[in-house]
Amino acid sequence: MSPSVRHAPRVLWAGLRALLVLTLVTGVLYPLAVTGVAQAFFPGRADGSVVRADGRAVGSELIGQTWNGPDGEPDPHWFQPRPSNSGYDTGATGSGQLAAGDPTLVETVRQAREDVAAFNGVPVEDVPADAVTGSASAIDPHISPAYADLQVARVAARNGLPPAAVQDLVDARTEGRDLGILGGERVNVLLLNLDLRALAAG
Amino acid sequence: MSPVLADVLQVTALVVALVLAHRPLGDYMAAVYTSPRHLRAERWIYRAIGADPDAEMRWTAYLRGVLAFSFAGVLLLYAMTRLQDLLPLSLGFAPIPPDQAFNTAVSFVTNTNWQSYSGEAAMGHLVQAGGLAVQNFVSAAVGMAVAVAFVRGFVRFRTGGIGNFWADLVRGTVRILLPLSLVFAVVLVALGVIQNFSDGQTVQTVTGATQHLPGGPVASQEVIKELGTNGGGFYNANSAHPFENPDGISNLLEIFLLMLIPSALPRTFGRMVGSLRQGHAIVGAMAVIWLAGVVAVTVVEHQAPGAASQLAGGGMEGKEQRFGVGASSLFAVSTTMTSTGAVNAFHDSFQGLSGGVLIFGMVLGEVAPGGVGSGLYGMLIMAVIAVFLAGLMVGRTPEYLGKKIGTREIKLAASAILVTPALVLIGTGLAMALPDGERAMTNIGPHGFSEVLYAYASAANNNGSAFAGLGANTEFFNTSLGIAMLLGRFLPMVLVLALAGSLAEQRRVPETAGTLHTHKPLFTGLLVASTVVVAGLTFFPALSLGPLAEGLAA
Repeated sequence: MSPSVRHAPRVLWAGLRALLVLTLVTGVLYPLAVTGVAQAFFPGRADGSVVRADGRAVGSELIGQTWNGPDGEPDPHWFQPRPSNSGYDTGATGSGQLAAGDPTLVETVRQAREDVAAFNGVPVEDVPADAVTGSASAIDPHISPAYADLQVARVAARNGLPPAAVQDLVDARTEGRDLGILGGERVNVLLLNLDLRALAAG
Repeated sequence: MSPVLADVLQVTALVVALVLAHRPLGDYMAAVYTSPRHLRAERWIYRAIGADPDAEMRWTAYLRGVLAFSFAGVLLLYAMTRLQDLLPLSLGFAPIPPDQAFNTAVSFVTNTNWQSYSGEAAMGHLVQAGGLAVQNFVSAAVGMAVAVAFVRGFVRFRTGGIGNFWADLVRGTVRILLPLSLVFAVVLVALGVIQNFSDGQTVQTVTGATQHLPGGPVASQEVIKELGTNGGGFYNANSAHPFENPDGISNLLEIFLLMLIPSALPRTFGRMVGSLRQGHAIVGAMAVIWLAGVVAVTVVEHQAPGAASQLAGGGMEGKEQRFGVGASSLFAVSTTMTSTGAVNAFHDSFQGLSGGVLIFGMVLGEVAPGGVGSGLYGMLIMAVIAVFLAGLMVGRTPEYLGKKIGTREIKLAASAILVTPALVLIGTGLAMALPDGERAMTNIGPHGFSEVLYAYASAANNNGSAFAGLGANTEFFNTSLGIAMLLGRFLPMVLVLALAGSLAEQRRVPETAGTLHTHKPLFTGLLVASTVVVAGLTFFPALSLGPLAEGLAA
């Protein structure tokens, strides 16, 4: 019998034992340690940055959601989020995966541009890219400042509020790139709509 | 600030951070792998393993350790996913079917993290944290161990020993990956990444809809997913999911983490061979290729020539608003050229030519800067090839770092660079010849072919990202991609360790006036050219059928 065959069971046994020991260290002790520190110092973050209103949890600051009426269609009283491949279902994240030149996607974008323009009473040329493209996660919590600005007139009219006051809300919720250079400019839809609700309630 | 300037500064910030970390981390890792001392915790682990960490191993024994440990990893992960309904914290998820369990086990053990499952719809917390994330640590440590053993082959003379696998494995895990993960996991939590063991909560939104907010030990897994160039997302959306990657800062941190060890290992190499400039030449070649990719993809994504992107007014399909085009492009190139495979935007919806650059980044063999460990040994293999080519030009026996590159060495190196191209092209050809390939495509035309090509490029090079429109959860793809991952990981390791053994046994070749200087920019250029030309010639026909055809039509 060759040495490698003779050694095989012993080496395999060592491999399995090494795996079990390292599982204990990196698969049990490590995640528990991180959880302990996270829950001690950043409990709100560690549990999902939950947003509360009226004394109850209404969502997460980080997770986008739908703003539909009882009919399941976008409710014009609210700022609307980006198109989502899953209807903002956190159980099915991911995008539609169509190529940038795909004919089906071209048709989807064309339709979305018309819908967004009609919904907001603006020309199609004014509709920004994020308003007609599906996000990567399908639960993108943000829209571009351009898409938020575009919705101001419609939201103000539907809620009987002065456009300037609604624009102030948008401006206050408009975030620049992080540290001035990282990522993209954005507006958090949930936080903006909660501000809107507070304003509308007087 | 203009978007272009912001993008330039964003890339600059990343490069500065990596440069600052390069020296201390590279030196620290060299000290870790060359220190004669053992920590007390490590001694305890060696006792539990039953291994003598001071015993020098021949390359065959080292390889046996690698294979035995990895085989145990596949078995345990397969068992955990098959039996997950019997385990605690399963969240009620069903057992993973056999072909998908095989694919997943192989995927995580080979440092690939190709995922034919959707995290939030398939895997419980125990399987994620106690199975998948464990392999995120140890598969990375195995890659680093093999790289270090290879470097020892250059450093040592007239010996059979190339180090001790158990010591390298344990030290890489305990002294490098664990401390960095602990620190940066907490930073990620502070930025918004979740970390708990709950099954989440269901809330009623303001408009009366219900939404489930998931829970899970995400930060602890997210950090090692990047740091170990693994890439397997806790959720299906991977680093595009706001709970994995909440803002621009966490995004840059994650890119930093996935580049960190691969870009610092050349310093470790330089330190170990006693010439830092040898390391500079290697990292220089990596940086040139990576930066070229970043510029190319960022420019194409901003121009967004695809018909749908043109109509929409920008290439935001499959991208997150908080990242935008620049940070998505930077992430995409960094993740494909490091063998990480995490994504913060979906590559399937990138512009045609960008997709081509991403595929090209993978089929270079994951060397710019490549996976943890695998990037260094892959680039050193290319260095051997480059030295050989230079030797051919002037007609003398090539040498590298005082070692003769003879027939045996060049056979091993040449075999190593042929493995993954063979797997990619044969696998893609097979899938296209059978009905399975076309049936799995989401996209039509050349892009459908690109989905299949991307899959085998990703699997064989142990990247793990996808043109995710490919419906790869079929028996055919689970099995064939699983085999590609296994062979793409372990065949090069066999050849690299054999080469290490062969080099270590040599005596030193004295440097002469005719010796090629491998620490000069000229050699860096030669290395870049060799890397690009070898992959370019191999893959040009395949790339022209897919991404080039698509990109030039747009």
